[in-house]
Amino acid sequence: MTSPILRDPGNSAFVVELEKFSGPLDLLLHLIREDEVDITDLPIAKIADQFLSVINELGLNQAADYLEMAARLLRIKAQLLLPRRLGDDEWEDPRAELVRRLLEYQQIRELVDWLGHAADVRAERFGRGYEAPPPAERVIALIPEPMLHRVVPRPLDVEGATARLNALLAEREQFGWTDVVGRGATIADVLSAFIALLELAKRSSLTLSQPEPFGPMVITRATPREAA
Amino acid sequence: MQPLAKLLEAALFAASRPLTIDELASLDPAAGEPAVRVALAALRSAYSDEHGVELVEIAGGWQFLTRREYAETIERAQFALRPRRLSPAALETLAIIAYRQPVGRIEVDEIRGVDSGAVMDKLVERGLIEVVTRGEGLGRPLLYGTTPSFLEILGLKDLEDLPRLEELSVALRRPTPVDEPE
Repeated sequence: MTSPILRDPGNSAFVVELEKFSGPLDLLLHLIREDEVDITDLPIAKIADQFLSVINELGLNQAADYLEMAARLLRIKAQLLLPRRLGDDEWEDPRAELVRRLLEYQQIRELVDWLGHAADVRAERFGRGYEAPPPAERVIALIPEPMLHRVVPRPLDVEGATARLNALLAEREQFGWTDVVGRGATIADVLSAFIALLELAKRSSLTLSQPEPFGPMVITRATPREAA
Repeated sequence: MQPLAKLLEAALFAASRPLTIDELASLDPAAGEPAVRVALAALRSAYSDEHGVELVEIAGGWQFLTRREYAETIERAQFALRPRRLSPAALETLAIIAYRQPVGRIEVDEIRGVDSGAVMDKLVERGLIEVVTRGEGLGRPLLYGTTPSFLEILGLKDLEDLPRLEELSVALRRPTPVDEPE
């Protein structure tokens, strides 16, 4: 879930990192684990510096929740720097509240692992009365989940997909959707192929049919019309 | 097989959701709950290994489910698809609500350290949590709890199936030596 994605400065693509952490507490726990420090005796100054540099690096300083945590860390750091009067019984470790929340959150993360595993196991058993999702969703379900969300300025490669389709048409009279995209196709591949298919169907180079509801799509080479 | 067991088998086959003991008992008012439990146990053992489906106790009821080992093949053929996995944010929110219910949004926000409104709206939409009551405090905030669907997607019989918090924190603390009985 929180994989160490922090070190990848060479990556020039714009990667939305926000989703890597489910919140500032998650990021803090991540830093604490990396440093292998004791939560109950948190080295605030060090952690605060790391937290600030990470949110800076990832552009998370745009997000209010992270900013609030940054402010909190700095305040605790400042409070720890203030001199303590001898015999001041009222003194309470300014870190106490944060430590309590971190321990609580750590427990939640443990539960998340447990729940996630339980859901995965349950998902492997199907009950009766299964309702098939709409076809578009089923195609999307075949696409492997991307690890990172990239904003790619590259347009879809419809031309490439059209060329591939034409090659297939020249070779075979009839084929299926999986012949067009194959396994492990990305969203861009699927969309490119789909647009190319529709375009070729519009130009009457091929016909699309689905012999039965929810059945696989069949792509057939159009019979050449008599030349006008 | 007993006639009652066959009747239950038919009902469970026809239903698209888990059926509770009460619902099953209503099929044959003459039978009574204890007889239904006995018949269910017989039915479960009849399906225990020679079949591709099994009778599972889930979400406060009983349901026929396919065996795990066939998931891959069934999914590849697209006869059925695994539901989408819940996001870490959704699981975090569910975990908090499951253990703190009834709980308000503010408390969830506080524990997670982020605004959870959107995530909670989605969970309500998916029917995994619902408003169960209103709190006493300022503005009488809506308090949320988990639904039977929550148990269903996790394959749990009831909330007691969730790990106990003491069990979890053992992982945080150093394990204490267990006294041997006797």
